[in-house]
Amino acid sequence: MENNEIFDEMWGRQQQLREPYQGFQNWFEGEDLSRLRAKQREAEEVFRLTGITFNVYGKTEAEERLIPFDIIPRVISAREWQKLSRGIEQRVRAINAFLHDIYHRQEIVRAGRIPEEMISRNEAFLPQMIGMSTPGGVYTHIVGIDLVRTGDEDFYVLEDNARTPSGVSYMLENRETMLQMFPELFSSNRVQPVSNYPRSLQRSLANCAPPATQGDPTVAVLTPGIYNSAYYEHSFLADQMGVELVEGHDLRVMDGRVAMRTTQGYKPIDVLYRRVDDEYLDPLNFNPDSALGVPGIMDVYRAGGITIANAPGTGIADDKAIYSYMPDIVEFYTGEKAILQNVPTWRCSEPDSLAYVLDNLSELVVKEVHGSGGYGMLIGPAASKAELAAFTRKLKARPGHYIAQPTLALSTVPIFTRSGLAPRHVDLRPFVLVSPEGIEITPGGLTRVALKKGSLVVNSSQGGGTKDTWVLED
Amino acid sequence: MLGKTANGLYWMFRHLERAENTSRLIDTGQRIALTRSSAAEDEWSSILDTAGVRRGFDEKHDGVVSKETAIDWMLRDPDNPSSVLSSICTARHNARLVRTALTHEVWEAMNGCFMAAKEILARKVGERDLPDVLGRLRQRAALVRGATHGTMLRNDIYDFARIGTFLERADNTGRILDVKYYVLLPSAFEVGSSLDNVQWETILRSVSGRGGYRMVHGQQIRPRNIAQFLILDKRMPRSLNFSCCKLRDNLAYLAHDYGDTPPSHALADTLTNQLASHDVDAIFDKGLHEYIQNVLGSLSEIGRQIEIDYRFYE
Repeated sequence: MENNEIFDEMWGRQQQLREPYQGFQNWFEGEDLSRLRAKQREAEEVFRLTGITFNVYGKTEAEERLIPFDIIPRVISAREWQKLSRGIEQRVRAINAFLHDIYHRQEIVRAGRIPEEMISRNEAFLPQMIGMSTPGGVYTHIVGIDLVRTGDEDFYVLEDNARTPSGVSYMLENRETMLQMFPELFSSNRVQPVSNYPRSLQRSLANCAPPATQGDPTVAVLTPGIYNSAYYEHSFLADQMGVELVEGHDLRVMDGRVAMRTTQGYKPIDVLYRRVDDEYLDPLNFNPDSALGVPGIMDVYRAGGITIANAPGTGIADDKAIYSYMPDIVEFYTGEKAILQNVPTWRCSEPDSLAYVLDNLSELVVKEVHGSGGYGMLIGPAASKAELAAFTRKLKARPGHYIAQPTLALSTVPIFTRSGLAPRHVDLRPFVLVSPEGIEITPGGLTRVALKKGSLVVNSSQGGGTKDTWVLED
Repeated sequence: MLGKTANGLYWMFRHLERAENTSRLIDTGQRIALTRSSAAEDEWSSILDTAGVRRGFDEKHDGVVSKETAIDWMLRDPDNPSSVLSSICTARHNARLVRTALTHEVWEAMNGCFMAAKEILARKVGERDLPDVLGRLRQRAALVRGATHGTMLRNDIYDFARIGTFLERADNTGRILDVKYYVLLPSAFEVGSSLDNVQWETILRSVSGRGGYRMVHGQQIRPRNIAQFLILDKRMPRSLNFSCCKLRDNLAYLAHDYGDTPPSHALADTLTNQLASHDVDAIFDKGLHEYIQNVLGSLSEIGRQIEIDYRFYE
């Protein structure tokens, strides 16, 4: 790829400083590289001491790792953000309407906009949710929308995260670290705060309390436990919201409620922000071997004794095969054209698409329909002949498991390297809260950055880092 | 508060206290071995007994005690769950479990202590570095204690932290007395040999009590005074009486908070009242060994009852 094909968020395509970065550039010009190098090390120390780590699956606590943090902020203008947030709000509204519909009358299927088997044969579709009305009508209390940018005005949704999106603690801690290390940057740039998120989350969850609630709703965060890769985030959010962090074995069903074992006996929980996947949530209703969940919680849920956030069965909305229908879904439920673009997607289950994908494999990105974390995907332009051949075999064997997309020229932003600033590819995950009061989008989000030169893989499990994301005030 | 959280706080502070106590014992062993050229192995053997880690040591080292193996076992062997490093790791693991109950300062102090211990104890510690290493570890642990004291709300969270601290401390002082009780008997006083002087000093050093003892009893080291000081003296922050009173006080704060007095409280009251009503002569009449055994038994019974009363487990 030619360099000028790639849009840099600081320098554009023509090496012209873009306006949102003006304030940053003024500051950076006056900075000494050795001071910044010291700051970069200091930031790592802060993260290590605070214990902002993620665990590597299946390992003990010796394997807590730091996600690399880059000290150069990513800057988004107020105007860019307004457009983005309108698009995000529209999309999230549609996702909730879609979820309600497919667990009720399935109008969208009746209207022929989505094939019936996309729903009924989908692993993420939970028959237990059919006909169930969620408290406050909310399905996805917390959503993370993964966006990528390819040009000045061109944003694409790469993925919707409607199950248990993670990473919000990095959004908050990254900002906190930047405020501590570079206070002067924030007095010369007017950056919209992100620190309200925990309060908003708490309020938003409490607003979805179930009918059985008496008095102020009791909220709790359910974690799979201390060895889960996102345990830090779970404890961070519980702490910031001032609520209990519980595990399955702290909970039991009593008198039609889900209750937690306290030093003074069992106490009912009204809203459970669960960071446990659907299939582990209730051994009586789903995976019987699960030790992470609460036996019988689904029955309490259906009887209005507890709110589970996000609702079980929301995975049907962020499935990569459903993704390709998102423009239709948005239009169907909002009556408007989708503001945010989808990446063109070939569903390999369709013979014509499969043929196209196989012919053009070296130019495409192929993903598993149910995969996540950047695993099990093929980046055509970067793949070897052997890898292409292997994927051809996989595609032919199980076409329904894959979708393909064109390789996008992801935008770059500067990161700090030993020799100064250098461009790296990024994505952006803004966080969205949904409650009966409305949809709230925190100005900013998690920017993940591929630290390796030229790499398009931003996942932290594969060497990606994060950086603070600024949305400027108007 | 979740039962699990109470459990985590209690064990975090028990292990933190244990790490300090063990490092103090190593320090003691080292000092005594330095001042006595002969029979250093005997001294380390006795230190292992005092720390209550003898059985595991013997299994690993076939009962052969040397200075190096004894120090390494107590300081950093992962096979010894009560080694300084293991204790700090367990304390920090529990802190991670109950992170939402701790202030940022306490968590950072605990995590900093853990990170420092991992680094300092990554390989065998040579004799030359030992005093410095032990000093740094104790400083790190003291920082956790200081942050706890200075930043935590005085609520049930704090109470469980303190209950863990004082149960562990009473248990530790009790065990030191139990292992060394024979050097405190009146017959030993009659002997007054240099060997016993060393033993008495071991006891006082291992509870950081030499200075305090001197202030209260002067230069003369007498076994009866040592027993009085470590069992009954309420001014001595590591004595049985002091630790048990604190244990009872913190249980009482809980009772006040929760409006409930479960069975562990009566057990703690009984033990504290016993300690308050005895003088040291009566203890010797009854038999020092039996007396200490009795206290240790009560302490573990109280510990078990607290776990039940406050629903630490399912």
